[in-house]
Amino acid sequence: MTAAGRALALETQGLSKRFGHQLAVNSIDLAVPRGSVFGFLGPNGSGKTTTIRMMLGLAAPTAGEVRVLGMDMPRQLDEVLPRVGALVEGPAFYPFLSGAANLHRFDAADRHAAPSTRRARVDEALERVGLSHAARKKVRAYSLGMKQRLGIANALLARRELLVLDEPTNGLDPQGTREVRNLVRSLAADGATVFVSSHLLAEVEQICTHAAIMSAGRLVAQGPLAELRESGTAQLRLVTPDAGTASGVLVRFGLSPVVGHPDGVDAVITSSLPNGEGFDRTAGFSGGAGFDGTAGLPAADGGVAPEAIVAALVADGVRVRGFTVERGSLEDRFVALTGEGFDVAQ
Amino acid sequence: MSHSDWSPVQDPEAQEPAAGEPEAQAPAGQEPDGHGLAAREPAVHRLTVQNSPAPGARRRPSSGSLLASELKQLFRRRRIQAMLLALAAIPVVIAVVVRVSSAVPPGRGPAFLDRISQNGLFVAVTAMLVSVPLFLPLTIGVVAGDTIAGEAGLGTLRYLLVAPAGRVRLLLVKYAGAAAFCLSAPLAVALAGAGIGWVLFPVGPVALLSGDLVEPDEALVRMLLIAAYQAVSLLGLSAIGLFLSTLTDVPVGAMAATIVLSVVSQVLDQLPQLEWLHPWLFTHNWFGFADLLRQPIGWDSFGDNALLQAGYIAVFGALAYGRFVSKDVLS
Repeated sequence: MTAAGRALALETQGLSKRFGHQLAVNSIDLAVPRGSVFGFLGPNGSGKTTTIRMMLGLAAPTAGEVRVLGMDMPRQLDEVLPRVGALVEGPAFYPFLSGAANLHRFDAADRHAAPSTRRARVDEALERVGLSHAARKKVRAYSLGMKQRLGIANALLARRELLVLDEPTNGLDPQGTREVRNLVRSLAADGATVFVSSHLLAEVEQICTHAAIMSAGRLVAQGPLAELRESGTAQLRLVTPDAGTASGVLVRFGLSPVVGHPDGVDAVITSSLPNGEGFDRTAGFSGGAGFDGTAGLPAADGGVAPEAIVAALVADGVRVRGFTVERGSLEDRFVALTGEGFDVAQ
Repeated sequence: MSHSDWSPVQDPEAQEPAAGEPEAQAPAGQEPDGHGLAAREPAVHRLTVQNSPAPGARRRPSSGSLLASELKQLFRRRRIQAMLLALAAIPVVIAVVVRVSSAVPPGRGPAFLDRISQNGLFVAVTAMLVSVPLFLPLTIGVVAGDTIAGEAGLGTLRYLLVAPAGRVRLLLVKYAGAAAFCLSAPLAVALAGAGIGWVLFPVGPVALLSGDLVEPDEALVRMLLIAAYQAVSLLGLSAIGLFLSTLTDVPVGAMAATIVLSVVSQVLDQLPQLEWLHPWLFTHNWFGFADLLRQPIGWDSFGDNALLQAGYIAVFGALAYGRFVSKDVLS
């Protein structure tokens, strides 16, 4: 095993899955560093769950490789999976059994789980998701949010090195969502790697250290969250009465300014600010190197430094009354990469 | 297996931080900011070491848990209990009808029906004969068809597999559960029949097909042998059901297909034009338990039937294995 392989909790190479004519997952190279909280983003139908199924050995890849905790899947499935807790495509339980009985059943299915500690572990997992009071209730009588909690409890039956949580906050109320966020943070603080798939960007922005974005079966971006967020083009906004001179200066910097007069006094000039090399798609890091999260302002690598623009504006006598550079949010980035609208990809 | 199996050194990686050189794990020279991941990583390993003997650690694999869980779940299900009750109701209905009616004319109705009023043990024998063609295969079809497809339909299959249950192990446990039901279904008929017969009718020595008289306790043993014969008879059908169950995520489909096959096989067995096929049909020996009612007991038909069923188990077990091990679980 290489040093790089050990630094990754999860790694795929050229991973593809074809269903009939449709390529659901198209040669993706994921790299999830150990100890990270990794957000796996993508619109509905972009191949997230199929990828997760292949990671967990539920579906066989059409091509490519998966390594989980440094081991080959599905060849070493029996060694890998006891160390992985998973919530896959929503919770699923026996409706005719109680919540606790369901967890007992799944724990019994794990050959490596000790029967002697089963009761204690089930109780602890239920406690952790706040379901102790409903442990003896039949799952049939559970609400969607309670089932979701039970699904998370199932992933926490044993101490895990990796947690794969597919849409963990689906169906949860705001309190539940917050609890899940705290839970994910505490798991990460314990040293576990948490792989969270979601389409809720705000969620990912709050808890994740890294993220990857899927679109129509392809991995369109991945890397540390800060880097990902900043890699989008920034927006420059200049307020000045000297519209003509200012535009000239901006054009000298290679920008394409748009002039507006919203209040009739000052001109508001906006322009997108190129971001140097920008975010290196899908190669934000490779083999464990470079997730340092220090992607700073883009000036150093061929982009345009905002302060240089201001200096040039002032030197040319432009009265600068307002100047802002706004970085795109993760949402902007997400929409830029995956497209807008309600159309489910493919 | 000994204690050494769950000692902290099981995971080869877990030993490394104990050697005290966490930096060695970071890709040398490629990490501009050494604080981020490299600092975190030993914590992960330390956790593994600390927790090895603690709850959740990997221990000696125990295979019994899943089977126990499966059997418990199977026999606690309302559906299964209802089917066993329905099977037990067959002899009860027969006994009550005979009891309240006037004498049954000999030679009419199911075999041995006219003997019931003289000896209550014949309730069980009659009921077991009646249940062979439809009732038993019906219940077996429901159980065997539900094995994998039922889990897939609920979505619990994916959680069993990521637990990880192991596909082969899960298949074996599921078949063992179906086999346990194969045994309990004829037993329910036999015991309920003997019980209701003993309550409603006189019980005495039973005349076997060979003409010998045996005491009631010996007769009861013979009935249990018939139940065992029927259980074996149903194992082939169970294997077929298990295979069909791996083909679909809709349990009702697998159940219906299994039941239909048992009917088709019995119909084919009736067609003289297909006589060459008859010995190969899994239903061919279903009524062959008469030899168990002779003195001495003839075991040949038991052996033949067992061999035939073993063949079906081998073929459909292999098909189920081939299908299930490579199946993409997308439910």
